[in-house]
Amino acid sequence: MSEKENWTTIITPKNKFFRLNLKELWQYRDLISSFVKRDFTATYKQTILGPLWFFIQPIFTTIMFLIVFGNIAKIPTDGIPQVLFYMNGIILWNYFSKCLLSTSNTFVGNAGIFKKVYFSRLTIPVSNVISALVQFAIQFSLFIIIFISYKIYDADLRLSLAIFAVPLFVLQMAVLGLGIGLIITSLTTKYRDLTYLVGFAVQLWMYATPIVYPLSMVPDKWRSLYMMNPVVPILESFKHAFFSTGMPSVTEYGISVTTTIFLLFAGIFVFNFVEKNFVDTV
Amino acid sequence: MSDTVIKVENISKFYQLGLINHGTLAKDLQGWWAKIRGKEDPNSQVSLLNSQNNNAGSDFIYALKDVSFDVKQGEVLGIIGANGAGKSTLLKILSRVTSPTSGCIKIKGRIGSLLEVGTGFHPELTGRENIYLNGAILGMRKHEIDKKLDEIIDFSGVEKFIDTPVKRYSSGMYVRLAFAVAAHLDPEILVVDEVLAVGDAEFQKKALGKMQDVSRGEGRTVLFVSHNMAAVRQLCKKAVVLDNGQIVMSGQTDEAVDCYLKSTQMEKTSNYFVVTDEYRDKGHAQDVSFVSFKLLKKDLCYSCNEPITIQIKLHANKDCKDCHINCTIWNAEKQPVGSVVSFDGFKIEKDEDKLVEYTIKNPGLAAGMYTYSISVGSGDITTGLTIFDAVRDFMTFEIDRLDDSKYFTVWAKSWGSIYLQSTTREIK
Repeated sequence: MSEKENWTTIITPKNKFFRLNLKELWQYRDLISSFVKRDFTATYKQTILGPLWFFIQPIFTTIMFLIVFGNIAKIPTDGIPQVLFYMNGIILWNYFSKCLLSTSNTFVGNAGIFKKVYFSRLTIPVSNVISALVQFAIQFSLFIIIFISYKIYDADLRLSLAIFAVPLFVLQMAVLGLGIGLIITSLTTKYRDLTYLVGFAVQLWMYATPIVYPLSMVPDKWRSLYMMNPVVPILESFKHAFFSTGMPSVTEYGISVTTTIFLLFAGIFVFNFVEKNFVDTV
Repeated sequence: MSDTVIKVENISKFYQLGLINHGTLAKDLQGWWAKIRGKEDPNSQVSLLNSQNNNAGSDFIYALKDVSFDVKQGEVLGIIGANGAGKSTLLKILSRVTSPTSGCIKIKGRIGSLLEVGTGFHPELTGRENIYLNGAILGMRKHEIDKKLDEIIDFSGVEKFIDTPVKRYSSGMYVRLAFAVAAHLDPEILVVDEVLAVGDAEFQKKALGKMQDVSRGEGRTVLFVSHNMAAVRQLCKKAVVLDNGQIVMSGQTDEAVDCYLKSTQMEKTSNYFVVTDEYRDKGHAQDVSFVSFKLLKKDLCYSCNEPITIQIKLHANKDCKDCHINCTIWNAEKQPVGSVVSFDGFKIEKDEDKLVEYTIKNPGLAAGMYTYSISVGSGDITTGLTIFDAVRDFMTFEIDRLDDSKYFTVWAKSWGSIYLQSTTREIK
């Protein structure tokens, strides 16, 4: 029979050079939502405080920073109330680091499942980013509550127009974390050292961002280099949205966006490259 | 009609042995750079060409070599072979867990795999939550699971515990729930590996039945990998035998299974067998122990009711007044067919070597290959047994004819292993 060959799947040795299979990812949307649900129900099962832990973590970190950097080291916060200053940075940074760390664990952490069943591998990092987003939303609402209570007593707090761009800042953080995470997870299939390195590196990275100190403390001659760190303009803009502090320049923000997009594509590229055969090496 | 749904074309897969990189990032980068420029990796020890012949010194091993076959719509294809023959690799490639080194597979329809059940079960989640999670991992949409939820819970038989976290399940319940989810997958092509090794006998029957329904009733295509030859025979119409990553034969299930069994453990032994410690069952007192066996028929081929006579040499380490020899016969699928527990004992004294002739009088076995395991002990089924020494199914024989003139030409495996005798008498 000379039937027209209409194969639905063709398995060949190599992936195409660049293949972002969003269609396939969409087919697995139920799986993504299942993973997100699992992350929530499983994380706080058999804990007394349950989801309250989402609040406890940023509150305690803020208190810690307040004591160590605010009161002992006496680092200024540019006139912004210390609690708000720290919390603003912490919640967005937490979101970024959670996206990065969980994505970078995609291959090694899920090797067990990946070895048994095929499903779009991107579902794991994507669901991680969404889980982290839910956590961020909860912590963000906490921040808003505290912000409003401060505003009642202290009329000096001025929101800026950038407040409308907050979702974009959050999105960029997610994309950046995802991109870097994808690169790292692809490399961990071969070089397991990175698994240990990455947690440590993210911790150090935080000190290269204006979270515990204001940008104004960075010496002017280092400022342009400092702004090359793609996270810095995002954090600064996020701060600007709530406190009307200084905005990064368009060039500075442009570099950050370019870096983010580049890292995302680089991440997808290496992820694609590794995806098909990592089972044999991990 | 050539309704081919899977077309496997010259699939090969090799694995690198030993270290998977050159050890340092620098050398890796060097190799990668060389590859980009189209040159050979300066650090590679074995080039691809050299490893083609799978020699011992090579760093690559072929798990699959040039495998091609087609599967048609609605066919249940068994894939059999010894451990390491490449079955699992083939299934992994088919289910897209890993990709082939060369070759191409074309598939029509969604593939669902049951490589191992319970994949992605989360211990903290309840049975119900895990059904959704596991179903989604296996590629089911939420509304599909909604529709089948009751059926799945019912099939698993754990409805009482469905809202309990699965970490508190017994392992049997866990596996049953997992299989229930997998069994209700609705892919056009189902890939199954070794799932029947789980659960109790009743559940196994249920599982086999479900698989049969899937293949017969619903016309689904199934690829089935198993060591359970009886199950393969029951489920599959056609089978492929893999050995060392290559297809040795493909054809009707019965022929393929026979070919596999003959090529592996069922190789005919010689009619003389000296018992060494590695063949003995451990833990018996060895008051009396086996020295050797000899089947009197050299070609090891018997007819259906021909007495099977074995000369057994024994050695006694202690006196024994009432020694019995017992024997169990197993068929090629490793299922016991029948046993002899003898009543006629003999006496043996310490340090004595004794030669006895042991005859299974009318075995009544049907055509096929059999093994027997044999033990010596005291007592019988009325007084209780003490076993001194036992040797397990290392000796084979074959039944190939009804009597001296009539050979078996038809004996389906589904008829069992016993050839029952009957008389037919006309009354009117």
